[in-house]
Amino acid sequence: MIEIKNLHKSYKMGSNSLHVLKGIDFSVEEGELVAIMGSSGSGKSTLLNILGMLDELDEGSYDLDGVPIKNLNETKAANYRNKFLGFVFQSFNLINYKNAMENVALPLYYQKMVRKERQEKALKYLDQVGLKEWATHLPSELSGGQKQRVAIARAMVGEPKVLLADEPTGALDSKTSYEVMDLIQKINDKGNTILIVTHESDIADMCKRIVHLKDGVILEDKKVEQVRASEYV
Amino acid sequence: MWLLDIDLWREVISTLTKNVLRTVLTTLGVIFSIIILIMLLGSTTGMINGFSRVFAGKASNSLFVWGQTTSVPYNGFERGRRVKYEMDDITMLKSQVKEIEAIAPRIELGGFQQTVTVKRAGNTSGSRVFGDFASIDKINRKKIIEGRFINKNDINQSKKVCVIGLETYELLFKPGISAVGKEININNIYFTVVGVYEKNGDFDFDGENAVIIPFTAFQKSFNSGDRVDWMAILIDSKYTVAKAEGQIKELLKRKYDISPKDTRAIGSFDFSQIFTALSAFTTVLQGFAFFVGIFTMLAGVIAISNILLITVKERTKEIGVRRALGATPKIIKRQIILESIVLTTIAGVIGFIIAVGMLYYLNTEVAGKSDVPFVNPTVSMTQVVISFTLMTILSILIGLIPAKRAVKIKPIEALRED
Ligand SMILES: Nc1ncnc2c1ncn2[C@@H]1O[C@H](COP(=O)(O)OP(=O)(O)OP(=O)(O)O)[C@@H](O)[C@H]1O
Ligand SMILES: [Mg+2]
Repeated sequence: MIEIKNLHKSYKMGSNSLHVLKGIDFSVEEGELVAIMGSSGSGKSTLLNILGMLDELDEGSYDLDGVPIKNLNETKAANYRNKFLGFVFQSFNLINYKNAMENVALPLYYQKMVRKERQEKALKYLDQVGLKEWATHLPSELSGGQKQRVAIARAMVGEPKVLLADEPTGALDSKTSYEVMDLIQKINDKGNTILIVTHESDIADMCKRIVHLKDGVILEDKKVEQVRASEYV
Repeated sequence: MWLLDIDLWREVISTLTKNVLRTVLTTLGVIFSIIILIMLLGSTTGMINGFSRVFAGKASNSLFVWGQTTSVPYNGFERGRRVKYEMDDITMLKSQVKEIEAIAPRIELGGFQQTVTVKRAGNTSGSRVFGDFASIDKINRKKIIEGRFINKNDINQSKKVCVIGLETYELLFKPGISAVGKEININNIYFTVVGVYEKNGDFDFDGENAVIIPFTAFQKSFNSGDRVDWMAILIDSKYTVAKAEGQIKELLKRKYDISPKDTRAIGSFDFSQIFTALSAFTTVLQGFAFFVGIFTMLAGVIAISNILLITVKERTKEIGVRRALGATPKIIKRQIILESIVLTTIAGVIGFIIAVGMLYYLNTEVAGKSDVPFVNPTVSMTQVVISFTLMTILSILIGLIPAKRAVKIKPIEALRED
């Protein structure tokens, strides 16, 4: 599904440049649930952003489901993101003046789906994250866990090839974190490919594979026995 | 056409209604600019209407020609000779100057601007007495308030009838009494009143204290022979009065042995000049209205653009999220431009409604005071369409500034956790 070879990324900071990713080789098969771990500043988010086409790589290659991702202009990148990828962020990033359903329906709007269909589909995905009754509530009326579930519904509604989550539980307490992980595991059970950046090992243990980053290189990449989040909920 | 995308409108409306107070405050500048523009245009129209009331009934393309004294010796004649016209001149001019649409010779009892004693049943008035053809009505139309104006039949049969002005009527008749059919006495000759007129518009060369009798009856009654005191001439609107005026003078000069260089012998007044001057004046006023309107509008639209710039900055994160979810730069740009258009148009409509209300009030306030040349201040559909088109174009152009800023927002920067 994801095929990365010899990935390099530097950030220019005035006259000097910061070499963040120093030759990453990395591939992900369909249906995997991968945790990316590492200390702060190790380049986790940078890697995820490149995978998410939010940032460009300097060197190396990136193929997503057989499609080489390179030299994308802004419009093409936006269309690819919309079609291929779902995003979940640490701080949810819901649009505060749109209710839960409208937030979930937004990616479908950019897919030019008609309104009625959008709303039906958004409701269906809200139902899957257990928030159908909250459809007309604004984000400010939802708890952190609920917000993240809405964000997950929004990420999944466009039926992406890969779900990318940057510290999805970073802003949540452990109980809520496990609920969110339970949901992510269930989505993964259906065959969806998911990458999660985290620095909490209990969250990483709930994935099927853990990749350790350190100073811009992969230190360790191992398959693990998945801990089911439902045991803790 | 992306403007017809209902979902885009929904997006725009949901962002604009998010902060209603600010939205309203943002639009104040444009509201005021439209009020100013519409008020200025409306007032200009009010003035135009006012002027046309002042000159109501007067043909704009008309000309008056009278005789004065020669100032240059010519063909054996001394200078200082009085120029007098006769009926033959009328026929000559009519046949030789194709620009003339109608020509009305006029004569006044006692000479120009002289009053004559007119009597009826012990009442007297000092009135001007004119001998006229019916065609004078085409050039200086009177408003008939009772009876009729003199007609061709009166002329042909030299009928001793007359039309009197309102003031003359008031001097000679008791209030409420009909003048039509009654006789009045001018120099011991009796004329039957067939009509009473009021001046048309605020302004009339003849005034309201006057008696108009058929030219032929005047000739017979007062032995004026072939004499013509002056002529009122209507020029075909296809031609300019000035050109015809030159031709007319040339013909008269040739006939009466007046030097071509003599500028004093023939007096004339080109009435169209007043209208030309007035229309130039009102055109300048309208231009001024648009000029002021456009600049205040520009200021108003820039204010909107400024606020949009601020909201774009505030919405950096939101725009970043939208971009991450698949919004292309084009979609973001359109949304901001549409916000600019919607804000401006709403403001324009509000301003327009207020301005029309103010014009309506102005109209009812001024309507009673008839000495002010200000009537029915309105804006034409064309003016409204031009104003709104200009406003929309401005809003698109100025909306490009915040739109460009919004497009520059990179999702990665917007989404960075901090
Ligand atoms: N746009 C940027 N410009 C300059 N430097 C950047 C930029 N983005 C990231 N960096 C730097 O690159 C390094 C890696 O950043 P990154 O965000 O990938 O780390 P991370 O592993 O996600 O850390 P954390 O756990 O704190 O989120 C950091 O030193 C960071 O300061
Ligand atoms: Mg990070």
